[in-house]
Amino acid sequence: MMIKTTLPLAAISLALFAVPTYAGERIQIVGSSTVFPFATTVAERFGKTTDFKTPVVESTGSGGGLKLFCAGASLDTPNITNASRRIKLSEVKKCASNNVKEILEVKIGYDGIVLANSKKSPAMSVSLKDVFLALAKNVPAGDGKTQPNPYKTWNQVNPALPATKIEVMGPPPTSGTRDAFVELAMEGGCKKFPWIKALKKQDKKAYKVLCHTMREDGAFIEAGENDNLIVRKLEANKNAFGIFGFSFLDQNADAVQGSLIDGVAPSFEKISSGDYPVSRALYFYVKKAHVGKVAGISEFLAEFTSEKAWGDEGYLTDKGLIPMSVAERKSWKSKVENLQNLSM
Amino acid sequence: MTDDFTIIPTPHTRRRHKSELRFQWYGKAAIIAALGFLVLMIGSIGYKGVGVIYQTKIELDIQLNADAFDPAQLRKADFSGLVKTALRARFPDVKNRRQKRRLYGLVSSDAGFELRKMVEGNPNLIGSTIKIQLTASDDIDTFIKGKIDKNLPESDRRVKDVEINWIEKLQADNSVVQVFNTAFFTSGDSREPELAGILSALVGSFFTLLVCFLLSFPIGVLAAIYLEEFAPKNRWSDLIEININNLAAVPSIVFGLLGLTIFLNTFGLPRSSPLVGGMVLALMTIPTIIIASRASLRAVPPSIREAALSIGATRVQTTFHHVAPLALPGMLTGSIVGMAQALGETAPLIMIGMVAFIVDVPASILEPATALPVQIFLWADSPERAFVERTSAAIIVLLGFLVVMNLGAILLRKKFEQRF
Repeated sequence: MMIKTTLPLAAISLALFAVPTYAGERIQIVGSSTVFPFATTVAERFGKTTDFKTPVVESTGSGGGLKLFCAGASLDTPNITNASRRIKLSEVKKCASNNVKEILEVKIGYDGIVLANSKKSPAMSVSLKDVFLALAKNVPAGDGKTQPNPYKTWNQVNPALPATKIEVMGPPPTSGTRDAFVELAMEGGCKKFPWIKALKKQDKKAYKVLCHTMREDGAFIEAGENDNLIVRKLEANKNAFGIFGFSFLDQNADAVQGSLIDGVAPSFEKISSGDYPVSRALYFYVKKAHVGKVAGISEFLAEFTSEKAWGDEGYLTDKGLIPMSVAERKSWKSKVENLQNLSM
Repeated sequence: MTDDFTIIPTPHTRRRHKSELRFQWYGKAAIIAALGFLVLMIGSIGYKGVGVIYQTKIELDIQLNADAFDPAQLRKADFSGLVKTALRARFPDVKNRRQKRRLYGLVSSDAGFELRKMVEGNPNLIGSTIKIQLTASDDIDTFIKGKIDKNLPESDRRVKDVEINWIEKLQADNSVVQVFNTAFFTSGDSREPELAGILSALVGSFFTLLVCFLLSFPIGVLAAIYLEEFAPKNRWSDLIEININNLAAVPSIVFGLLGLTIFLNTFGLPRSSPLVGGMVLALMTIPTIIIASRASLRAVPPSIREAALSIGATRVQTTFHHVAPLALPGMLTGSIVGMAQALGETAPLIMIGMVAFIVDVPASILEPATALPVQIFLWADSPERAFVERTSAAIIVLLGFLVVMNLGAILLRKKFEQRF
C-alpha cells in the first residue's frame, strides 16, 4: 500500500540531514542585480575554461548581498558579494562583529543610469536641475521656502522643454539603481540651488529629506525591479520616461533613446570618460579568509580582473559594463594580486 | 377539442423566462471571455516562444593544422583562435580591428568549445580541413528569425549593415542553417541566450518536487487520517482545523522566511539546495493535502466503517484496510494539485537562495539548483533581447508540466473513484 511504501522513503529523505554539505567546493556569490549579468558571465566562462565547478551567483540586491556576506565567516556563507555602490562603514562594522575582518575590495567598472523615452518621440535634453524639479516631492518656492511639487508638464519645469505630462517610471527604493539615481541625479540637481547647498552644512537631515525624496503624486511611478518591463512600457506610452541601467538602453537601442543630461548623451564613451553625470562604480567584495580555502577563488579573481574580461574590448563590455581607465585597472589589479585589505 | 391546457404566458411569466435566458447568455459570455483570455495568453506566449525550436548555425571550413595541437594536451590548443582564422579566411577583405570584432561576433562565444568537443571526440581529424556547424550569436539568430527590422536606421539596430552583408553572403552559399535546438533541452543556464537551456532548472524542479512530495504526502495524509478518523471532536480539534485552514492561505513568501531562519540558519542545511527548497514547499503543500484528504475521507460512507467494525476489525484495521484505500484517489488528486501549485512557486525560493544563476545540472538534492519558474523570472529580467524567446519557451515547458500533472490528477480520479 501507498502509505507503507512512502513512510520508509520519507525516513530516507530525513536521514539525508546527516549528509555533509558541499561547503568550500564551489564559489558562492550573492549581491547586486546590476552586477549580476557581469558576475554570471565571468562565472560561466570560468566554469568552462577551468576544472572548477561553476560558481553559483544569486541576485539579492546590494544591501541584501552585504547582509548575507557579513552574516558569518564559515565556508558555507557567501564568499563574494557584488555591490552597485561602495560598502558602508556600518556594514564593515557588522562584518567585523561577525568575524569577517579582512575584506578584499574590487572595483570592476562603471554603469550609467539613463533617463530614456520611446524613439517615437523626440529626444529630450535636460539638466540635473530639471530632473530634480520634475521628480522631487518638495521643490523650492523662492526665499528659502519649499512647496509640494506643482509641476505637471515638462515645460513648467523649464520653458525649453516640451509641453508633455511628466510621467517617469523608475525602480523601487530597494534597488541600487534607485539609490544611485537619487544620489547622483536628484541630489546633483538639488545642490544647484545655493541655499540648499548651504542647508547641507546647517541641517544635513533636512537637506537629505529635501533632495532625496521622490514625488508620490503619480508623476513618478515605481515600476518594479525589472528594467525590461520599463522598456516595454515606454514602447507603449510614447510620452513616458524610464530610469534604468545603460545596458538596457544598449540592448534596446531600436526602441528607446537616452535623454541628454547636462548636454551629454549616455554613450559608452561619455560614461567611460566620466562626462556623463549619472554614472556609478560597481564593486565586489571577497572574504580574504576564504581565498585558498574555497576551490578556485584566486583563479576566479584572476579571470575577472583579466584584460579579456574587464578590458576595453573584453567580453564584459559586450554585456554593457563600462570599463575603467587603463591606469585604474592596473591599480585595482595589483590590489587584487596583493590581496590588499579594504580601507574606508 | 378544446384548448384548455394551453398555457397562455402572462406578462409575468414572459419576464421570468426572459430573465432566465438572459442569465444563460451572461454565463456563456463569461466563459467565452475566460477562454478568450486563455487563448490570447497561450497564443502570445506560443508565438514568442516557438522560435526556440530552431537554432541558427553557421557552417565553416576549419583547417586543423597539426602544429596547432599538442597531442598530450588537446585542451590547451587555441580553438577559438582557429575559429577566428576560419572566419577571416572566409571574409579576407575585413581588415580593421572593429570590423574583425564584429566578424568574430557572428558566431557564439562558445564556438571554440564546440570545436574542442568535436576534436576531442575524434583526434584523427587533426591535420585535415573539417566542416563544422557553429552556433550563431544571439543577435544573428534573432535577425535570421526575422525579429530585427532591416529597414530601421543602422544605429538603431543591434545587427549592422556589414553583418547583414556577411550573413547574406553566407546564405548565398547555404552556409547558414537552422537546426533543431537540442542545446535548449540539454544544457543549463547561460549568460549567452543562444547557449541557455532549461535542463538545470528542470532537474532542480524535479528534485525539489521529489523532496516536497516525500515529505508532504505522508505527513499530510497521516494528519488527515488522524484528524478525521481518530481525533475526538472537541475545542482542540476545532482549533487545529481552523489553524490548518489558515495555514493554507498564508502567503508563500512567509514560508520562505521560515525556511531561511530554521532550515538554513538553525539547522545549517546547504543554501540553494533542492532539499531546503522541497522542505519549504512541503510546508506550503501540507495544508492543501490535509484539507483535500480530509474531504475525501469524509466522502467514504459510514456504512463501510460500520461494516468493518461490526465484524471485529480494530479502528486501525478499518481505517487502513477499508477507508483509506477508498479515499486514496481523492488524496492523490489533492496532492497532485498541491504539487502543481508548488511547481509554479518562486517567492519562497528567493529567501533560500534558489533564485540564482546555475549552470551545472545538479546531481543530488544537496547541490545548488534552481527551479523552472525561477528560470523564467531570471530570463525575463535579462537585458539581451533573445532571452524574450527563451522566456516564453520556458513558460511553455512549465505550462506543459502543469497540464500533465493536472491531467494525471483527473485520470487518477476517473480511474479509481468510486461512487456510493
